[in-house]
Amino acid sequence: MKKQRRVHEFKPGSVFYACLVYLFLYLPIFVVIAFSFNTSKMNITFEGFTLEWYGRMFENRQLMQSFFNTVIVAGVSTVLSVIIGTLCALGLYKFEFKLKNVLSTSLYIPIVIPELVFAIALLIFFTSLNISMNMATLIISHVTFSMPFVVITVRARLAGFDRSVEEAARDLGANEFRTFMRVTLPMISPGVLSGGMLALTMSLDDVVVSFFTAGPESTTLPLKILGMVRKGVSPDVNALSTLMIVGTIVILLTSTMIQGRLERKM
Amino acid sequence: MIKSFKKHLGIFGTVGPTMLWLGVFLLIPLIYVIGISFLTKNAYGGVDFTVTLSNYVSLFQSEYGKVFADSLLLSLETTVICLLAGYPFAYIIANAPKKWKPFLVLLLMLPFWTNSLIRTYGWNTLLRTEGIINHFLQWIGVTDRPLEMLYTDGAVLLGMVYALLPFTVLPIHTSIEKLDPSLLEAAGDLGAGKVHVFTRVVLPLTMPGIFAGSIQTFIPSLGFFFISDMMGGAKTMYIGNLIKNQFLSARNWPLGAVLSIVLIVITLILMRLYTRVGSLEDMA
Repeated sequence: MKKQRRVHEFKPGSVFYACLVYLFLYLPIFVVIAFSFNTSKMNITFEGFTLEWYGRMFENRQLMQSFFNTVIVAGVSTVLSVIIGTLCALGLYKFEFKLKNVLSTSLYIPIVIPELVFAIALLIFFTSLNISMNMATLIISHVTFSMPFVVITVRARLAGFDRSVEEAARDLGANEFRTFMRVTLPMISPGVLSGGMLALTMSLDDVVVSFFTAGPESTTLPLKILGMVRKGVSPDVNALSTLMIVGTIVILLTSTMIQGRLERKM
Repeated sequence: MIKSFKKHLGIFGTVGPTMLWLGVFLLIPLIYVIGISFLTKNAYGGVDFTVTLSNYVSLFQSEYGKVFADSLLLSLETTVICLLAGYPFAYIIANAPKKWKPFLVLLLMLPFWTNSLIRTYGWNTLLRTEGIINHFLQWIGVTDRPLEMLYTDGAVLLGMVYALLPFTVLPIHTSIEKLDPSLLEAAGDLGAGKVHVFTRVVLPLTMPGIFAGSIQTFIPSLGFFFISDMMGGAKTMYIGNLIKNQFLSARNWPLGAVLSIVLIVITLILMRLYTRVGSLEDMA
């Protein structure tokens, strides 16, 4: 009888198709980066190589402000999401309580409903309380959609967690705080890190929610580009976008490597 | 007594902040949306506390019917194209040589990590009348005049497929990874041809991934107003843009709230259908 072998090698057709899809995914990114080195002021044809825009972007104060806003909102909302989310995951793992099911289900609401609905809900909410949009409203909104991802990631990590290790630590005389710092936290740290990465990505990627919850002083870089695109975007925007693309990828690749290392230590 | 107090303190200290946060910044705002949908807009773009159903009645105006039909069609087209293009791609990655796999998955995630609006802006640059693609097409002689590609319905569809393809591929990839190779071997040993193995074994077993991927493509596509803003002409109005306009230019918040509730209802129906075949946990 002929045994069918499961092939684990590249077939030319597959390679070609995969390359096409990857090209499709990367083409617009390459274009944004390429035009940041363009001598022409218009983003239409490539005329020559220059680094001029990487210097000029610092003169565009509004643009730099929007870039810093993006970074601050992403940083602060990630830290808040990780703290609140990890605590919640620990609570869900440790305790039984009345509203547990309600809470577990509510966590999926921001994940499942279209961002737009959630964005206008926050807009109505803040406006009706006479709160004008600023950095705080923007950060609050970002935490609301990214924190559930932290809870779910850390919770998944805790689900595969051997309770007897914690008990052993306590039997050996460690108090609860020490047990947490020396046993629980190191065990869940890969989950916390990947939850944090998710939160960071979500915040940096967001357009829809920020569109409604950012004030005139707290606009982010993507919103700035959205406002400019019909009139034409100058290459300093491309330069800054390139920095943002490269920066995000470097940060996330580094965390992926750290995560891999933590994982291997277990 | 002390033990129970300690336990309550523990619960409050851990899940308390999340409960409070979701209550104040998620549930209450959503209740506000429902509430405002029954109120009347006033002449100043604000809201009067007069209860009415007229916002719901106005949904049945024919112009909105067209907006809903166009939006659902666009989302459906996006989902179908993402599935048709994404399934083979997910299959190729899942069956790649072992040492390549992590790299290929990472390569799929990387664009995902950069802002979707910046990437859409890249497409905007590419598709312009004087843009690179038109130059290329004229250079190889496919056309002698530049084609109108940007600001068309096709460009919106392209932008949607582009932004959502990874959302389709990842769940499908996960479900293909979970396939037990011995099942495929068994089917082969029992005499099933390649096509047969695919349609009778692989496809049914990866259905949960297909469903999860479809939902994660279809639902967000309904709200991505910035893609039609950047890629589309003014000819076709989609529901995301219509809602956005009610809150910005038209300042008819009650109508915007009603339209959002329609989106929620569509989402709930789809989720209800989805939970029959898959679990909520697979969505995250």
